[in-house]
Amino acid sequence: MSNFFEKSDVSRKEAESIISDTLQKCDDGELYLENSKSESILLDDNKIKNSSYNSDLGFGFRAISDEVVAYSHSNEISKNSLKQSSENLKSTLKSVKGTYNHEIPKSNKKYYDNINPIEQKSLNEKIKILNDVNDYLRSKGDKVKQVTANFLGEQKSVEIIRSGGETLSDVRPLVRFNVSVMVEKDGRKETGVYGVGGRQSYDSYLKDENWKSVCDEALRIASVNLESKPAPAGEMKVVLGPGWPAILIHEAVGHGLEGDFNRKKTSAFHNLMGQKVASEGVTIIDDGTIDNRRGSLTIDDEGTPTEKTVLIENGILKNFMQDRLNARLMKTRSTGSGRRENYRHIVLPRMRNTMMLSGKQTQEEMIKAVDKGIFAVSFGGGQVDITSGKFVFNCTEAYEIVNGKIGSPIKGATLIGDGPSILKEVSMVGNDMMMDPGIGTCGKAGQGVPVGVAQPSILIDKMTVGGTKL
Amino acid sequence: MVKDQEFLEKKASYCLSLAKKLGATDSSVIVKNSISETVNFRNKKLDESNRSDDLGLSITTYIGKKKSSISSSNLLNDNLNILIEKCIETTKNTPEDEFNSLPDRDLFAKEVKDLNLYDETHIENNQKIDYLKKLEAAASNDKKIVNTESSFTQNKSNFVLANSEGFCDGYKTSSFTASSVTVAKDEKSMERDYEYSSKCFLKDLDDADELGNLAANQTIRKLSPKKIGSEKIAIIFDKRIAKGVLSTFANAISSSAISRGTSFLKDKVNQKIFSDKINVFDKPDMLKGLGSRNFDSEGVKTDTLKLVDQGILKHYLIDTYNGKKLNLKSNGRCGGTSNLYFENGNINFKDLLNSHSKSLYITETIGHGSNIVTGDYSVGATGFLIENGEFKYPINEITIAGNFKDMFQNITLANDLEFKYATNSPTMLIEGMVVAGK
Repeated sequence: MSNFFEKSDVSRKEAESIISDTLQKCDDGELYLENSKSESILLDDNKIKNSSYNSDLGFGFRAISDEVVAYSHSNEISKNSLKQSSENLKSTLKSVKGTYNHEIPKSNKKYYDNINPIEQKSLNEKIKILNDVNDYLRSKGDKVKQVTANFLGEQKSVEIIRSGGETLSDVRPLVRFNVSVMVEKDGRKETGVYGVGGRQSYDSYLKDENWKSVCDEALRIASVNLESKPAPAGEMKVVLGPGWPAILIHEAVGHGLEGDFNRKKTSAFHNLMGQKVASEGVTIIDDGTIDNRRGSLTIDDEGTPTEKTVLIENGILKNFMQDRLNARLMKTRSTGSGRRENYRHIVLPRMRNTMMLSGKQTQEEMIKAVDKGIFAVSFGGGQVDITSGKFVFNCTEAYEIVNGKIGSPIKGATLIGDGPSILKEVSMVGNDMMMDPGIGTCGKAGQGVPVGVAQPSILIDKMTVGGTKL
Repeated sequence: MVKDQEFLEKKASYCLSLAKKLGATDSSVIVKNSISETVNFRNKKLDESNRSDDLGLSITTYIGKKKSSISSSNLLNDNLNILIEKCIETTKNTPEDEFNSLPDRDLFAKEVKDLNLYDETHIENNQKIDYLKKLEAAASNDKKIVNTESSFTQNKSNFVLANSEGFCDGYKTSSFTASSVTVAKDEKSMERDYEYSSKCFLKDLDDADELGNLAANQTIRKLSPKKIGSEKIAIIFDKRIAKGVLSTFANAISSSAISRGTSFLKDKVNQKIFSDKINVFDKPDMLKGLGSRNFDSEGVKTDTLKLVDQGILKHYLIDTYNGKKLNLKSNGRCGGTSNLYFENGNINFKDLLNSHSKSLYITETIGHGSNIVTGDYSVGATGFLIENGEFKYPINEITIAGNFKDMFQNITLANDLEFKYATNSPTMLIEGMVVAGK
């Protein structure tokens, strides 16, 4: 664990007293300290293009009075800098008359080990694997024209000091291994991307030459796309495969169920609590407690232990995801969903691992039930307009379905739908729930945080496919 | 106060000399300080204040043709010693790459012109609050507006870029940004839209009333949208969306995409990729320009480039590494374009709307649907149906799709170019795209 005051001219005791002084009569707030170390090693175009290391240190000081948040951050952990931040917060919150809420739940559970993944594997070993990846993929035939592979590793130590000196801390490892391959045939180029990762050592994901299966998957996607034909345009039935396609859930309903948008009544879901928002059989949870997953957290960035939050149960909207600020203002409790990208940013209610649970049907039954539609297996990114509820995501591997049978692969296309109504169009829920491989990053208000998703295969009765073939 | 040149230069030269002492044959460093102060309003009340003070450096060390880099926000010499040592160690262990090097000496920027990028004015939080009060009053005038969120940010930055070839320069920049996001509601729908203004100088910032009114009107007119059927139709991109087409073009002609062979515009220099009348410029020395710069992120001088002349592609955007690989000289575009824009077309906005009996006017797109390998484009969109030059009704939950290779050849531009962002386009009409709806 980092000792944030070791090399500073301010002692822990002095910092605590600045914090307590600043936050008296505020409703909430804390000093958040962060020390992160990260590395990136990239192979591209047959060469190690980049080996870089980043060390980041800083604090964010937050004071909240009623609905108003004052925030100040700096890289310098010094008496001067803390005092300047304190003055800055006080000048925003001129006449505070709240009562500081000292209550914060406790838990001894941990969902990952205190390791530094960067140090657990030498640079030379990492370079060797990247070169092996390059050789392996390029040995698969002339059609392979470009290979990019990279390691991203991080260890982030955080400490939260609350008014009165209560301290909460966490050390978070995170790794990701990614492969992208471009193939060419008859002048046509297509790309395939695949990756793995989570909150363990690199070796947990790469042992037994598992990197080969990552390469195989990337190459398979690229090769399928070489044969793809233009995607259809218009409304039709869509079967989604299990796992990563759950970014549909993340975009379509996840963001709309975050506390801030609902407190402000700008989410299309804000007046739907307790109502039916999905077909029967659809249950969606947001879970920060799964061991070693990319979206898991022992405590959130306000110090609240994470939990498994039921969002939609059997079609009925049950809970929003909350941080402390929005929970207080909506008279409920934090669900341990308060997150930030780093000390430069304020806390927002965010998703962790968002999952639709398994139902009873098989994927085969779903395909059979479609006369004309598409089967979407893999996706790029997605986006949502919270207010209108409209969301999109981009297919990176999809097939047409004709008369209950899977047909030709189709070109990447955007799918668009309406968040509050799309889950009512779910007519079958598969028995094959799967987690994503550990590669997701969610963006909100300019902040990226690692997240996970999971779902079984599902059949959606009506969605608009943004192809070019009329 | 943002750190001065002297402080930043001292840190930079400390790093360069330490790197040299530890065995680097070459090195370059950038030290940057950026201070931002933001005030946010929501529904006419103070919602958030945010002050950020970011100081950081990043150093790249070379040993012959080996290269590695580190970055840190902890600038204490103790920490820098450890990190630079680690960087040198990593450099030694990283394989050689024949194209790794600092820029050629004769390409470094020699004179640094004053491009009017820094405004000394400091706007206090209570002045920001006055501006936001006025803005929010205007934005929430209409009863249909149910939520307003507005923001005012002042940013002051300073940086120094230095390398072992003796280049050492930097300058201050400032920006003042105001924005307003409004939500409107009627019985059938709830919609969101925004307006925004960002300038180097405070006195150039848009009037608060005007900004608030625009945000509100643009939101209200989106209420009760319809979904239309799937068809092939002419698309008109509002300026704020049209600039995205130019950004995709810039990505596709970056020397890294070209040298890796992952761009649909590879080998297209001196070929016609746009329709005849299209000219594209990248002009770094625009006074007060939001993308203006004296040199690129490697210190290479930047001249104005006419990237597209009468539809013909004339240049890629070249940095040192990829330039050496392509056997081309860097044209000072490491880090991308500066002030990139389409030159005005010769038809006015009204005539552009009138040019087809039926078209779609797009004001927002969502999704990441631009593929620069294949040129394929498919995104979610919101906008209006235009009939005989008139805005008929709002439209949403549709997608628009095409391929940039065809889209570029079918562009008509209006003559309403403004320099509101770093990348700018007049209103743009593209024929032959496919809309997917009902």
